[in-house]
Formats: sequence, structure tokens, C-alpha cells
Amino acid sequence: MDAILLQILNGLDKGSAYALIALGLTLIFGTLGVVNFAHGALFMVGAFCAIFLQRLLGTSFEIIDETQKDFLGNPLKVQAPYIEYWFGKDIGASIIDWSVPLAILLTIPVMLVIGYVMERGLIRHFYKRPHADQILVTFGLAIVLQEIIKYFYGANPIQAPEPSAFKGSVDLGMMLGFQANAIVYPIWRLVYFAFSVVIIAGVFAFLQFTTFGMVVRAGMVDRETVGMLGINIDKRFTIMFGIAAAVAGLAGVMYAPINAPNYHMGMDFLVLSFVVVVVGGMGSLPGAVLAGFLLGILESAASTTWATTTIPGINQIIIYLVAIIVLLTRPRGLMGRKGVMED
Amino acid sequence: MSKNDLTRRGVLKTGAVAGAGLAVPTIFTAGSARAFTNEPTGSNVVLGFNVPQTGPYADEGMDELRAQELAVQHLNGEGDGGCLATFSSKALDGTGILGKKVTFVTGDTQTKSDAARAAAKSMIEKDGAIMINGGSSSGVAVAVQGLCQEAGIIFMAGLTHSNDTTGKDRKKNGFRHFFNAYMSAAALAPVLEKAYGTDRRAYHLTADYTWGWTQQESIAASTEAMGWETVENVLTPLAATDFSSYIAPVLNSGADVLVLNHYGGNMVNSLTQAVQFGLRDKQVNGKNFEIVVPLYSELMAAGAGANVAGVYGSMNYNWQLDNEGSKAFVKSFGEKYGRPPSNSAQTCYAQVLLYADAVARAGSFDPCAVAEALEGFQFDGLGNGPTLYRAEDHQCFKDVLVMKGKEAPANEFDLLEIVDVTPVAQVEYPADHPMFGGAEATLGECNPGA
Repeated sequence: MDAILLQILNGLDKGSAYALIALGLTLIFGTLGVVNFAHGALFMVGAFCAIFLQRLLGTSFEIIDETQKDFLGNPLKVQAPYIEYWFGKDIGASIIDWSVPLAILLTIPVMLVIGYVMERGLIRHFYKRPHADQILVTFGLAIVLQEIIKYFYGANPIQAPEPSAFKGSVDLGMMLGFQANAIVYPIWRLVYFAFSVVIIAGVFAFLQFTTFGMVVRAGMVDRETVGMLGINIDKRFTIMFGIAAAVAGLAGVMYAPINAPNYHMGMDFLVLSFVVVVVGGMGSLPGAVLAGFLLGILESAASTTWATTTIPGINQIIIYLVAIIVLLTRPRGLMGRKGVMED
Repeated sequence: MSKNDLTRRGVLKTGAVAGAGLAVPTIFTAGSARAFTNEPTGSNVVLGFNVPQTGPYADEGMDELRAQELAVQHLNGEGDGGCLATFSSKALDGTGILGKKVTFVTGDTQTKSDAARAAAKSMIEKDGAIMINGGSSSGVAVAVQGLCQEAGIIFMAGLTHSNDTTGKDRKKNGFRHFFNAYMSAAALAPVLEKAYGTDRRAYHLTADYTWGWTQQESIAASTEAMGWETVENVLTPLAATDFSSYIAPVLNSGADVLVLNHYGGNMVNSLTQAVQFGLRDKQVNGKNFEIVVPLYSELMAAGAGANVAGVYGSMNYNWQLDNEGSKAFVKSFGEKYGRPPSNSAQTCYAQVLLYADAVARAGSFDPCAVAEALEGFQFDGLGNGPTLYRAEDHQCFKDVLVMKGKEAPANEFDLLEIVDVTPVAQVEYPADHPMFGGAEATLGECNPGA
């Protein structure tokens, strides 16, 4: 029982990332009809917003320490962050310590701008082109974004630790009456899950309870009619592209402490997120979220020792296996709408 | 009416003349025909450096390239000469190799076997590379070693730690300076015994490919020999980035040590996540829970950051080694690039010099003569201390470093400390050891190609 609960927890956490990325993908597909293969790269760029802010806050000046030597035997150059010099050691160190959550404030405008520029500058030229062209151009864009990040940050993973207050783990098993160490879970992963729930709820609330959201939903159902009512639906869809990019970026920035970011981390999520979208149903926002969490839990369960010894390799194919089964039995996905991707 | 002038004697005469005529070019060209692949004929000789320039190991590949470029400079008499002054063999004099100026071409392995083979093939066939050096993966090393064997080229492996490279997949044309999984295990075991005792239960997470398998097998054998119990070995996909599903059950398994048979990005992520799961803060079986990373590299340690603190591992070389060869190399590398060399950089640097020296001692670029010069070659002064290139399997034998992550690093290069230099005698094994292919493993015949 405790093992099952543990894997469900793992799945929820992994599913959070899938759900957030798939939500953005579905938003873009549902509004603009574009299959955006650069979405994983946007997740990665979000993670590097955390690295950027961490390094910015850690910008230092050098102090020569004559008492210590560097690897060549010269006096050691000690790095002293400006922020600690300006605000005092304790406050400065605390600000650096909280660089990942603070990076959220940076990520939102940066990703909105990146999304806006991507859509206006490139992707809008491909609306009337076949999906294959859209996939090729967005995939190319993903590679360009990756290489830009690699140019500045290299190929090696870079740590972006969570704030000290969220380090370590909690023994959830003890709280639920199990024995000690039965369900131990990192605090930051619980924070990530809660964060993703808030973001998902925020996106749904925005679409459901605002006039802007209502127009966008109407446009997703019948773009032409909304346009004929004198509403500039294209402009709203462009903004939705920016919002989808921001959601991917937020997913990435908070994920940075879980997996040390590297330039190709987006690719690891991209394919799985597409499977999530397809299983959830193309164009269905609730479907994307549901499938994200469902596949996250299944993937986690399939990674248990029991599962891998019973069916070797099941952990690597489970998501695709489920996708095949769902598509065979429900070709539109779990919550797909009629007519979407069926022309 | 036609007249036929053909006679038996005439046909024989014509045939003999024609045959001689056809044979003449062969006779004349036989002397100048290349006796081996890419025999250098001009004033230059081309070396091929095959390293990951893209992909997750690109930074490691970049460091290997830096070292190889430095080695070429030293061979050509440029710079401060680096280890040429400390190298025990004095066959190299800074005038290139056998009087030919050394140039190089590079290939991108992408840390993929097929891409690495294609890059090596291109350097051999199009650029005329006389040898291939470098790389950051055992899968790639085994694949490129096979290609070089077929092509008649010497392969000097870079970072490859699987037992198989000089075990069941050993080749007459292939040479490995880097240490291997067995040596890591043999060096680590006594240190682990001293630090953690003999009554331990180990849980292994193992990357599911050739290096991971041999690493796990070696560590399990060494630790079990000193009394540890292997509770579980879980194979993890090489492409995995989130190890939470694999780490979560560890605490509940009764194990009190986690061995991460992971390298590169796998290791950075699995170690980071193991620390996040609070494993190192726990007590199991009345003992502190410990994590072991059998193979370290500087770049991995940098990627894992503070998570390496207090974690044991092993290395082939570290820039902190205090011998004359190491000091000369670190000085040369550090002054040129502003950073200390990684252990893969040192291996690649040493391999270029060892190849050049073998050519100089053999007096020929013929790969079979070079191989013969390298076999059984004993040397010193390249950074690792006294070293032997064993003839039977082309594996270098030298001291092995046991490392520990520093608790309070002074700077970005000060992440690991040397806790023990394990003498070579402790990591030796017979060439027909079962973990290395047993008695069936052979080098085969040398192939000069052409």
C-alpha cells in the first residue's frame, strides 16, 4: 500500500510537468491550429531563466586572498557577490538562496515576449501550411533555441537549488500512519505539484471567467464567426500563444531544482508531452491535464522493481502502450472533440 | 577470301608482350604502394580527434579537444613543451613526429556509436588521418575501435571505463590509457570498508548499457568480497532524467548504501534527486545512509554541485596530483586555457604523446609497428606516475585515485579531493579474467590496412 502511494506521489509530480507542457501545447493547437514542436524548448528556456537570475544575483567582484592559492599556485581570487556587499551578507545570501522562486517574476514577461515574437515573427507564416511544415519549422526553432542556450551556458547541467527552507524531505508515511521511511518525499516536489495545480487552475479560471477567455473559447470553436462579429481574434490568439509559452516557462523554472537544467532538457519532455496531448484528445484542455497526470502515474508505477521484473522494459514503453490502446479504443483521445485533427 | 596470319607462336609472343606490358606498372608501383592505411607521404601527418562536440557530453569533448590541441603544439615544438620534458621516453624532440609536422582534424561523436563511426570514417578516408584519438563513452569507444581495426588505423581511446573496451571487445589496433570499472571497484572497496565498515547493504541503480553493467558487476563483486550484501540492482534507462521512481523505494528496501552506477547527466540527476529525497540525512539499520558514485569526473561534480559533498568515487587522474608530469601538464594547460584539465583531457593528451612516441621509437607510422612499440611499454612523467601498457589486452595499469566530494569547496575547480592513491598492484587482474571476456577474449591480428 505504501509503495503504491509512493508511486502515485511520484506520478503526480511527474504528471505535473507533463500536464503543464501539454496544457500549453493544447492551448496553441486549439487556438492557432499549430503543432508546436518548440514547446519543449520553451520549457527549457524557462528553466534557464532560473539559471540566468541565479547568476545575475551572484554577480561578483574579485578579492585577492593571499592566504590561499589557486590551481596554478597564484593567490586565490575569491568571488564576492555584489548583492551581499550592497545588502549585507545575510540578506544578500537569502536573496541568492531564493533565486528560483524569484525567477518566476522574470520568467513570465520573458516568456510572454518570446511567445509573442515567435508567433508574430515566424509561426504565423505557417498557419495555412500543412502540419508537417509546422512541425519542421517549430522543430528547427527548438534546435535554434537549444543552441543559443548552449552557446551561453554550455552543455553541462547547471544546478539551480531550491531555497534552503524547502530542502530535504518529509516523511509522509509517518503522517499517514505507516512505518518510518515508508513514504519519504522531497519538499520541493510537493511544492512543484501545488504550484502546477495553481497554474492549471489559473489558466482554466482565466479562460472560464474573463471576457478575454470567453472570446478565446468562442474562437476555438468557430474562429470565422467570432471574426465576423468584429473581434480581432488573431490578436487574442497571439496573446494566448504568449500565455502558453509562459505556462511552459513557469513549468521549467520551478522544475530547475528537480533536474539540473541543460540545453536539451526540453526534448526529454517534448515527445512525451505530445503523447499526453494525443491521449488526452487534441484540442481538449481538461484532456491534456487529465492525461498528463494519468500517464505520469502510470509511468511511475511501471518503474517499480515489481513491474520491471515482471515485464522487462515496461517502464520505457508504458506511455506508448497506453497511447496505442487509447487511440485504438478512443481515436479522439480521452476527451477529444469531434472534428479536431480528423480532416 | 580472307587470310589468317595467326600462328601459335605469334599468339604466345603477343600474349607475352601484352602481359609484360600490363605487369610493368604494377611492378613499378609496387614499391611505392602504401603498405598501410594513410601512410604519410608529405611533410605533414594528420591525427584525427574524435570527441563529442554536440550533445550532452559536448563540454567534456571540448576539454578533450583542448588537451589534444595542446599535445599537437608540444609535439611541434610550440608552447612550453608540457610533458615532453617530464616524459620518461626521450624519443620526442618537439620536431613533430618522425620530422613531419603534426596537424589534426576533428570529428563529432555526438556520443552516438553510428555518428562516431561516421566521423572517424570520414577523417580516415577523406582527411587521411593516421590515427583516431578521444571520445567520452564506452559504447562509442567499442564501436570506433572496431572501425579502426577494420580500417588498419590505431585507435587511442579517450574516456571509456567499461571493462569490455579492453575485455571482450579488445582489438589489436586499439589502446586504452583510461582505467576501467574493475579498477574503480578494486580501488574503492578498501576505502569504503574503512569508511563504512563491512556490514552494509547496498542498493544499486545502474545505467542500462555496457558501461553500467560492467561497473555494477565490478562494484558488487568487490563490495560483496568484503562482506557487503547487494540488496537490489535496478537497471535504469540511459535516457532517464527523473529517477524519483527508482530512488523512492530505496529507503524502504533495508539498504543503507546507494551505489549510483551512472555517469554524466544520469549521475548528476540521480545524485541530486537522491539528496533531495533526503537519503543522506537518514539512518537505516542504525547507520548513516551513504551514497557512492564509482566513477567521478570534474564536469559531473560541477553539474552535481554541493550534492557531491562527502560522496566517494574514483578517478583516472586529477589535476591535484603532485608529481612532475602532472605539474607540467596542469601548468601548460592552465596557462593556456585558464582552468585545470579534466581527467578525460589528461587521458587524451597522454594518448597523443604516447602514440607519437611509439611512432618515433618504431621509426614508422605502420600501425603494426606502432602497436608493437606500445605493447608492454613502461613509462612515467605524463601525470599518472609509473604506467604500463599491458601487451595482452592493451590496457594501461597505473595507480587509481579514490576521490571524495569536498564539503566546503574554495572555488569552482575545488569540488573533489584525493583521499587515497590506490597502488597499481591492488587493481591488477589477469588478462583472461572472467569480467574481461575470459580466456576467449583475444586481441586478434594487427591490421595495417591498405
